[in-house]
Amino acid sequence: MAAPLSVEVEFGGGAELLFDGVKKHQVTLPGQEEPWDIRNLLVWIKKNLLKERPELFIQGDSVRPGILVLVNDADWELLGELDYQLQDQDNILFISTLHGG
Amino acid sequence: MPAPPCASCGKARAALRRPRSGQALCGACFCAAFEAEVLRTVLAGRLLPPGAVVAVGASGGKDSTVLAHVLRALAPRLGLALHLVAVDEGIGGYRDAALAAVRRQAARWELPLTVVAYADLFGGWTMDAVARSTAGSGRSRSCCTFCGVLRRRALEEGARRVGATHIVTGHNADDMAETVLMNFLRGDAARLARGGGLGSRGEGGALPRCRPLQLASQKEVVLYAHSRRLDYFSEECVYAPEAFRGHARDLLKRLEAARPSVVLDLVHSAERLALAPAARPPRPGACSRCGALASRALCQACALLDGLNRGRPRLAIGKGR
Repeated sequence: MAAPLSVEVEFGGGAELLFDGVKKHQVTLPGQEEPWDIRNLLVWIKKNLLKERPELFIQGDSVRPGILVLVNDADWELLGELDYQLQDQDNILFISTLHGG
Repeated sequence: MPAPPCASCGKARAALRRPRSGQALCGACFCAAFEAEVLRTVLAGRLLPPGAVVAVGASGGKDSTVLAHVLRALAPRLGLALHLVAVDEGIGGYRDAALAAVRRQAARWELPLTVVAYADLFGGWTMDAVARSTAGSGRSRSCCTFCGVLRRRALEEGARRVGATHIVTGHNADDMAETVLMNFLRGDAARLARGGGLGSRGEGGALPRCRPLQLASQKEVVLYAHSRRLDYFSEECVYAPEAFRGHARDLLKRLEAARPSVVLDLVHSAERLALAPAARPPRPGACSRCGALASRALCQACALLDGLNRGRPRLAIGKGR
């Protein structure tokens, strides 16, 4: 049984527009059987934070291609992507690269 | 798993993996490498000679923000004077916020800023008015194409007003790859062949233009802006969702997920393309109205304005020329 986690979920580069324009969200993830990873964080975000047009943020079980994911300022590609296991007080930042130039 | 150590300094933890090389770098080493690569692009391509007065096309978005920031750092070394030129297309609710971002940047970086507006340059036409006049004509999806033609002209005009000798724009490798793909899909061989290289030398009296970020991927531009904590505007233009470019972008992003180097590889392919002699477009002449380079009697911008004023907006984009 994994204990509840407090993490900061942040959106930028235009991705925040799908979340009522709110960039920073302090969230508490409830305790659950399996450890929290990004894969099930995305499911939680879709259910609890995402306000509109989910297909612009999530495709399949991952983020839409073109959205960067940084965990504590490090590219998730270095950390196992969807399999990264969240730690208490982590900052997870989603940046859209798909907006304007 | 923890991030590996930086492949360059070996001290800090890596913050990203570079799309082209797969190299894992820390934030500081990545920013230094990114700036060095822009410098190399400018020097190797002899894009901006010492003494150049450079008009930076500034939109407030990520690309031009990063371009201006990097060039400002390189300006003393390259002997450049920079001047931000922003174009007000007249897009209600969108451009105002973007221009506010440009004004903040100009103030923070202590760079001169000039704003030129479509309405002033084009006899009262704003982009909103152009969009209204094309709505329902089957041309509404061409808004971005119209706007691109007018913006090019507006930037040229703004650059002249500030006495610039060169124009730079923030186009990155992803923009170039999208354009290559679009030109392929439209069968536009002439544009495909012209798209290569890092810019134009300024034929037909136009100012030389270049794209110093052309070899930088979108991901790296965004991560650079993030690492340097740059303030940029990131809302999508109200007219963009209908544009064909969006499909090219989605396709490229999906391809990139399978093969991270695909964007730069496609740009490289386009640079190596050569047209068969029979497919080569005729040498461009001068626009009979404004003197700009034109493949027909009128250049793109004059033809577009002419059509708008006659109530028949049209464009010469695509293979049917």
